[in-house]
Amino acid sequence: MKRRQRPILSEAQQSLSFTRRTLFLGGAQAGIGVLLATRMGWLSIAENERYALMSESNRVNLTLVPPRRGWIVDRYGRPIAINRTDFRVDLIPDRVTDPERVVNALGNLLSIDQDQRERILEDLEKAAGFQPVQVAAGLTYDQYAAISVRLPDLPGAAPARGYSRFYPDGAAVGHLVGYVGAASAKDYEKSKDPLLITPGFKVGKDCVEKMLDERMRGQPGAKRTEVTARGKLVRELATRPDVPGHPVKLTIDAGLQAFAARRIGTQSGACVVIDCTNGDILAMASMPCYDPNSFSDGISHAEWGMLSEDERVPLMNKTMQGLYPPGSTFKPITALALQQAGIDPEEIVHCGGGYQLGNRRFACLGRHGAMNLHRAIAKSCNTYFYTMGRRAGIDGIAEAARALGLGAEYTLPMPSQKYGTVPDPAWKQRRYKQNWSVSDTLNTSIGQGYLQVSPLQLAVMASRVASGRMLVPRLMAGGSGKPAPPLPYSPEYVANIRSGMDEVVNGAGTAGRSRLPLEGIRMGGKTGTAQVRNFKGGARRGLGIPWKFRDHGLFVGFAPVDNPRYATAVVIEHGMSGSGAAAPVASDTLLYLFDPAKAMAKLEAFEKEWGGDIATRMAADATRYKAAREAAANPAIATAQAEAVVANASNASNAAASRPASTAAPAEEAE
Amino acid sequence: MTGNSLVPAPLARLPWKLLLLVLGITGFGLIVLYSAAGGHLKPWAFSQGLRFCMFFVMALVLARVPERAWKAAAFPLYIGVLILLILVEMLGFVGGGSQRWLDLGFIRIQPSEMMKLAIVLALARYYDLLPVGQIRSWSAMWPPALAIGVPLVLVMIQPDLGTSLMIAAGGLTVMFLAGLPLWIFIGGGLALAAAVPIAFSMLHEYQQNRVLIFLDPESDPLGAGYHISQSKIAIGSGGIFGKGFLNGSQSHLDYLPEGHTDFVFATMAEEWGLMGGLFIIVAFIMLVRWGLRVGQRAQSRFARLTAAALATTIFFYVAINLMMVMGLAPVVGIPLPLFSFGGSAMMTVMICIGIMMSIERSSQRRSNFD
Repeated sequence: MKRRQRPILSEAQQSLSFTRRTLFLGGAQAGIGVLLATRMGWLSIAENERYALMSESNRVNLTLVPPRRGWIVDRYGRPIAINRTDFRVDLIPDRVTDPERVVNALGNLLSIDQDQRERILEDLEKAAGFQPVQVAAGLTYDQYAAISVRLPDLPGAAPARGYSRFYPDGAAVGHLVGYVGAASAKDYEKSKDPLLITPGFKVGKDCVEKMLDERMRGQPGAKRTEVTARGKLVRELATRPDVPGHPVKLTIDAGLQAFAARRIGTQSGACVVIDCTNGDILAMASMPCYDPNSFSDGISHAEWGMLSEDERVPLMNKTMQGLYPPGSTFKPITALALQQAGIDPEEIVHCGGGYQLGNRRFACLGRHGAMNLHRAIAKSCNTYFYTMGRRAGIDGIAEAARALGLGAEYTLPMPSQKYGTVPDPAWKQRRYKQNWSVSDTLNTSIGQGYLQVSPLQLAVMASRVASGRMLVPRLMAGGSGKPAPPLPYSPEYVANIRSGMDEVVNGAGTAGRSRLPLEGIRMGGKTGTAQVRNFKGGARRGLGIPWKFRDHGLFVGFAPVDNPRYATAVVIEHGMSGSGAAAPVASDTLLYLFDPAKAMAKLEAFEKEWGGDIATRMAADATRYKAAREAAANPAIATAQAEAVVANASNASNAAASRPASTAAPAEEAE
Repeated sequence: MTGNSLVPAPLARLPWKLLLLVLGITGFGLIVLYSAAGGHLKPWAFSQGLRFCMFFVMALVLARVPERAWKAAAFPLYIGVLILLILVEMLGFVGGGSQRWLDLGFIRIQPSEMMKLAIVLALARYYDLLPVGQIRSWSAMWPPALAIGVPLVLVMIQPDLGTSLMIAAGGLTVMFLAGLPLWIFIGGGLALAAAVPIAFSMLHEYQQNRVLIFLDPESDPLGAGYHISQSKIAIGSGGIFGKGFLNGSQSHLDYLPEGHTDFVFATMAEEWGLMGGLFIIVAFIMLVRWGLRVGQRAQSRFARLTAAALATTIFFYVAINLMMVMGLAPVVGIPLPLFSFGGSAMMTVMICIGIMMSIERSSQRRSNFD
């Protein structure tokens, strides 16, 4: 040590110092070499597993393959909602750097029109970053390939091969099964299920699709692909197939459903058919309707505008959410109540054209003369029902209404049903803080006043009258075979009503024009015309007044009369009369069940008049709507048109909620 | 040495063990570059091989240059390279933005790279000239310090932190081996440790980031820490025997950045595993050890200092690069010599080897004469 302190003075000392220091340097270098080797060993042995995993997760991209959604089939297994193989492309907002450019590039590749491009851009803006936005579905393989090879230039684009929902009957089943769509950001945040943000995965958005979503969803498959750091696909490694969702079998008869929807035609209305043996809903059509196929694909502005501005409210399921005064279709209930109250059905009421209550006259449509129950139903004589309804009392009537299924909600896989209203004194006290009056009873006796029913409830009523049993409507096939309990009324009373309803169609009744054109099969029924707004005199029936103020046409019926098998209810909004608008639809729909060929022949003749089937007419409407919108874009007439559109839209919602404003509008009309 | 009469004497006299070592390292490097290009000779392996052949011949030629020629060239070379460095700095200033290259049309010269050699030669020459008794005097200290300091600052403002550190390290190595008092190095080391915070604050922001990210690579796994993270993944996932030739997913799928240049070791380690890594480490240690031995056996002071310091320069290259790719040092942009794609480092290292061979030859001849 001391020697080292001394200055190096000789060559030999210097040489020794050099050797020592070189040895030290070599030792230090060897030490670092050992350190490096140890570090390398640590990385590649001790941490190998971790890094191998990280390398694998770099290399391999695991993508979920949306499961095929369970089919919806009708009672005979015919498809109502199926899946079609589909090439599609979505945009993942998080990864899109220049939305405008990417959408235009995709738009040019796929020839997407301007309207859709705007929709995509808007969706991109609204969507939470992880939520895929559909650009287009139903691509050809060439289009799919064209996008796939350009992926590096289209950041955010995610082409996928998947399945899209297809509804062969289109709009005819829209309000029955609903539609599907991409899950909302809220859904995802709630469950954090990565499946929900997988491009191409759809959840049920309405009706059966929504209520039975879990069951039809299935298990996603997975695809492992090798990708580069820039996301370019190198090759597919392995795929685990998806587990398709469970199919759902409905009680619906798909043929009948489509027929009923088509038969409603250009009108706005609902048609429900129920199997009288077990309560199976065979058809439940609400028209007009959106096309669930285009809803499931992501709807454009024009389409949405057209649907939401239509005064016939295609977005509302009228079979359950439409409430209407039943009008004269309620009279079978009054008839049941009065018999229960001990009134002899043969007792005669003389109809002189109306009923006098104090200084108010409740009018009848005609001077029917001597009326017993049978004839009063056939002729729909208000005077008889005013008289007898008053005698039976509101409580008996309300009880009968409830027994026949009005004012109730049913266990169906549908997200919203409306109860409607079966009024009684307690209800009026609760609702309006007013005492029940005799005139209320009179109005209720003929199905006006506070009464509010849905077409589904009317159909249940028809089925209960027809079968004499407390049938409960059902939509899911495979219910219990146990027969429904009988109505809490004497079968004789119900038979009397049926015979009156037989007379309506097949005798001297109001719906004589709607007889079934069949040998040995008769339809019984009851027409009804429900007042929308009080007008003086006959003016309110005419074609001269605006559509939305015209009366609703209703019909309840069943066939065959002797041994009812099917019951139906038809409501045609603003159809002006039950016999003119609703009964023919009901008749043809029931005819389809007995003789499909004959019914179809009739329908095809109608459709020729109306301008084609539903899809053709909707396409024509869309073209017309677009043309009108383009015209509106012209500044000269823009203001006027825009106002008209706004007015229409608000009218439409009013019309949808067409309820009698209050007791101020005395309801005394019937057929 | 001349036992085998079938081999001509000049060939037999070549240091075959060393050359095989160099050929082995480079050959392995070419195989890795071939794989990094996805199993193609282009764009890297072929041109790298061609370049190596050139430099290999050059090294053999340099080996025949007598030691005194190096001695004579030491100062002029240093001054020439220093002028080039200043020139590059001015060109960069005029051109706006940093510049490291000097484009002479047929070849691009990186003066900072040459400075790693020049500083060693110049300092070795200086201590060679310095009378033995003055080794502990001021004059043994300030001229070398200045000779290191000027290029250090010039390269640092390029900015090229890695190269400037290597120039300083090369120069300090010569000073250390020359026999300067130990307290200078110990004290200097302590002073440096104290100065780190100050120096850190003077670094460019991207350089600061590199240091910070080195300390915590996971803090920015997709940004600047990406290099280190992906490199460690590549090395760690290779395991003991690697994923196999052409099977490295990290490099082939572009997850590993700079997989053919600075991070080529990670590319290699992914496919060849710990075994490949140990091969490289051992091979370079042997190369450096040979250099140190040449120094120890050399007769002249200049030759000793030069050989040992050049060997240490090669060691610095390897050590800094490996520490960088294994996450033990910040990313400073030092390639793995002979292995990484690129000409500059290969040229420097091959010149080092050429000079060391020349020194070995000289000392052998002299010993033969003795």
